[in-house]
Amino acid sequence: MLLMKNNKHLITRRTALATGLSSLGAMILYGCTRPTSPPTYGNILRMGDAFTYNAQRSLFSGRALAKEYTRRDISSFPATGTTDPGDSSKEGFSESYAQLQKKDFADWKLSVEGKVSNPGLYSLNDLYKFPARTQITRHTCEEGWTAIAEWTGVPLSNVLRHAGIHPNARFVNFYAYDGWIDSIDLLDAFHPQTILAYGMNGKNLPLQHGAPLRARIETQIGYKSMKYLQKIVVTDEFVDTGDSGWAWYVGM
Amino acid sequence: MANIFGKQKKRKKLKYILYWLEWKKEHYRQQRFALIIHSCCSCCRARPRAGGKNSYIYERHNFSTVANIQSSPAFNKRHSLWVRLTHWIGTVAFLLLVITGFEILMVHPRLYWGEVGNDLTPAFLELPVSRNYKHEGYEKRIAFFTSKESPVSAVRTYDIFNENGWGRSLHFLSAWILVVTGLCYLITAIFSGHLNRQLLPKKNPQPMAGSQYGLLQKTTYSVVLLLLFPVVILTGLTLSPAITAACPFLLKIFFGYQSARTIHFFASFLLVLFLLIHVVMVIRTGFKKNMLAMTIGNKNASDEKQ
Repeated sequence: MLLMKNNKHLITRRTALATGLSSLGAMILYGCTRPTSPPTYGNILRMGDAFTYNAQRSLFSGRALAKEYTRRDISSFPATGTTDPGDSSKEGFSESYAQLQKKDFADWKLSVEGKVSNPGLYSLNDLYKFPARTQITRHTCEEGWTAIAEWTGVPLSNVLRHAGIHPNARFVNFYAYDGWIDSIDLLDAFHPQTILAYGMNGKNLPLQHGAPLRARIETQIGYKSMKYLQKIVVTDEFVDTGDSGWAWYVGM
Repeated sequence: MANIFGKQKKRKKLKYILYWLEWKKEHYRQQRFALIIHSCCSCCRARPRAGGKNSYIYERHNFSTVANIQSSPAFNKRHSLWVRLTHWIGTVAFLLLVITGFEILMVHPRLYWGEVGNDLTPAFLELPVSRNYKHEGYEKRIAFFTSKESPVSAVRTYDIFNENGWGRSLHFLSAWILVVTGLCYLITAIFSGHLNRQLLPKKNPQPMAGSQYGLLQKTTYSVVLLLLFPVVILTGLTLSPAITAACPFLLKIFFGYQSARTIHFFASFLLVLFLLIHVVMVIRTGFKKNMLAMTIGNKNASDEKQ
């Protein structure tokens, strides 16, 4: 009432602006300090990425399917990054991968561990027994190019449920033979189109594209779909592997 | 003798005609220039001086007189605070978007139409803006199918230029700032009547007095604000896999991912063109005065002069 006596307007433009700005600041702070969110490294760029992550997670359900195409839309597909972890002359070489490659991945096994009731090893034959999903989707590379391919694999959600994922789990971490480590949140992990792909365009996954098993995360940029999978670790907190210089969340 | 005089007279006549033509040409040139300045850049306060080079245009066309113009409220006043704030925050964000956008273009300087486009498919435009231009660094080609026109895969052997780690993140951070600032500007402009009064291309009953902007300039501002910026924002959002999953219509209205990327590029190009013309006009019509009006200029400058 005192305020009303002194000022004609209860809410002046200035107070409205100040309130708006401080609530925006609080929103950003909340986004950055949530203990299970990815770290921002005190870096304004990573804070921007965290803001994008929080905004997209609040605005969208995260359950909608990415566009699927027809077989006629399948296109040429460049292979970039690591294209052969068995080649000792190249970056991303792995001795154990080279051994597996010699036997055509007959001894290859995917380890699923962490916050799951039944940690275990899954061979390719084990994965073939799961109901398969085939999808023709667009790979969107951070560089600006796109390519369409048909992917066949087992939905990650099926494998996680089979392993008995704990209710307090928050992140799924991928470890690859070429040394890459990355993670996704559970919303993306349980997305129906998030699959562990062993087939591409009706054949076994080619070496260039991540044989014998790669991730397909269709709601994010291409580099999240990790090739040459070795291990999946479920965690209840974010595993900080340091700032790679690349955004952790790339739905954008 | 008579012949020579006749020739001289003819020459003199010709000379006069030439002078007259030259004068007429200059006259029209000035008139045209003054009209362009009037219509394009009255925002930048191109003020016709009393008895100055182009003042006759205003008088002949029954435009407001110099005195009227100076005393009109819209003229020679500092811009309001919200205009100045959003102008400069938007400027910084826009410049960062241009720089990072160019960096992102350098990584893959090829443009396509439709959903798909990569080094192994034909481009409709290749830009020589980085070492990645036509690099052709591929080996181990394999065909996916047995048919002759089968799509292929190939391993990239070329070490491309790529600074997208910070480039993309800074692009999106600046985009957030520009979109939020732009929305604040647009909402204020709509509800304060600024948009209707100053920016929408309607003929003023009294030019100069009603709006500080000419018709051509109003049209330009409206196209930039209500067409180019929405297009550049929507095509930008279409490049996000998470957003197109939630809003699939985006891919439809822009004819696919790569078409959206191409439209994003051309709309940005037009926005940069607008920026360049804007800066040239600001300089041509009095850089210091215009900068003061958009920054710390005296609110009552025109009153003091009178």
